[in-house]
Amino acid sequence: MKTIVRLAVTMLFLNSIIANCQPKMVKIKGGTYIPLYGTNNQKVTIDNFYIDVYPVTNQEFLEFVKKHPEWKRSKALKLFVDDNYLNDWKSDTILNTNQNLQSPITSISWFAAKNYCEAQNKRLPTVDEWEYVAMSNENMPDARTLKNYNEFILSWYEKPKTNIQTIGSTFQNYWKVYDMHGLVWEWTSDFNAVLISGESRKDVDKDNDLFCGSAAVNATDLMNYAAFMRYAIRGSLKAKYTMKNLGFRCVKD
Amino acid sequence: MKCEGEKIYADEGSCPICKMDLQPIEEEVKNFSLEEITETSIFNLTSKWNTEEGEEITLKKLKGKTLVMVMIYTTCKAACPRLVADMRNIEVKIPAEFKNEVQYIMVSIDPKNDTPKRLKEFAIENLMDDEKWTFLQGTEDGVREFANVLAVKYKKISPLDFSHSNIISVFNPQGDLVHQQEGLGVDNKITIEKIIETVKK
Repeated sequence: MKTIVRLAVTMLFLNSIIANCQPKMVKIKGGTYIPLYGTNNQKVTIDNFYIDVYPVTNQEFLEFVKKHPEWKRSKALKLFVDDNYLNDWKSDTILNTNQNLQSPITSISWFAAKNYCEAQNKRLPTVDEWEYVAMSNENMPDARTLKNYNEFILSWYEKPKTNIQTIGSTFQNYWKVYDMHGLVWEWTSDFNAVLISGESRKDVDKDNDLFCGSAAVNATDLMNYAAFMRYAIRGSLKAKYTMKNLGFRCVKD
Repeated sequence: MKCEGEKIYADEGSCPICKMDLQPIEEEVKNFSLEEITETSIFNLTSKWNTEEGEEITLKKLKGKTLVMVMIYTTCKAACPRLVADMRNIEVKIPAEFKNEVQYIMVSIDPKNDTPKRLKEFAIENLMDDEKWTFLQGTEDGVREFANVLAVKYKKISPLDFSHSNIISVFNPQGDLVHQQEGLGVDNKITIEKIIETVKK
């Protein structure tokens, strides 16, 4: 009897540990798809991986900063963050009164996001992985051709301050992942693989000068305006930049 | 030695005010090499790199000279030969008296194929085998991070081909970015001025 009780307690304990350590990741079954910026319409193959169900929250990032003081607002190296890093917080370790613990963390740089994921034994998703998960709607793994899928995203792009909503406030997609669209933009590990410069005027002829093999910039689907916006944003970012509506989530192999 | 308030005494003994024994102050562990670099220095990066000579280094090892850096890969047929030529043109134009103060760094964006051996061969083929030139092989992650610091964008477009921005960057001896030259075959006058200016400081 005692053994059974002990076992049950242990099981409960283990469960709670697992629930705490690995909260809210789901498995994404790999496959192939053609991203907006494919290479000569080539399909991209995605391996299986796990992804956070929600973007990283203020609370989670706060805990990270407490454990890793080198990422406190006052400590983070200027090589890795710009002046607006965590600038809405009240102090190094205190959120502002109008900030919700369950809202997505924003105003963080690529370096900060990358380090956060690594501290959880995870990593940032690649652009391809992120887009692969993000092209689904509630029921379909690839909803990119649906009008209402694109309209939803575009209408979000027009809405201000969606980052102050809490995680899970948008729809759950086919993979059971929340908030891929509608809450915040998200960092990806290889955002700097996007070969368009921040300034569209620069992207006309000079491009050939700036980029070797710039034929890689071929939109396979220029109709996909929503995705085009994302690639444009990524192309304009630098790794130390922070933005009020740019957060992240992590993945794992 | 300290006792009351913030006052600090050089010698052991007791506090003249409260007569308590002076306590030694904990010596701050100072890392001098770190202290001399700024927050924006690339020497803050801790990634590991292999040189063409097979030596494992961190970027901090390059501290002390003005650095001229470019990201290339050795199988590149299009822009890289021109980038390499641009680097060589810069090197040629630096006055003899400053030559020893400048180091030219070629960072591979293709760490899988560009092994130290391959980089050494490339250095020899391109007559860049003397000490002024350093070739670096990093990890995929380290290269991505470094490219982000330089704001260089690149993408693998086939197993042996990459698209990448053509940027030559100049760092001062403390590792701070002082100048970037964008494009191929552009006039390198300003870049050279910047290098000389940095060396003279």
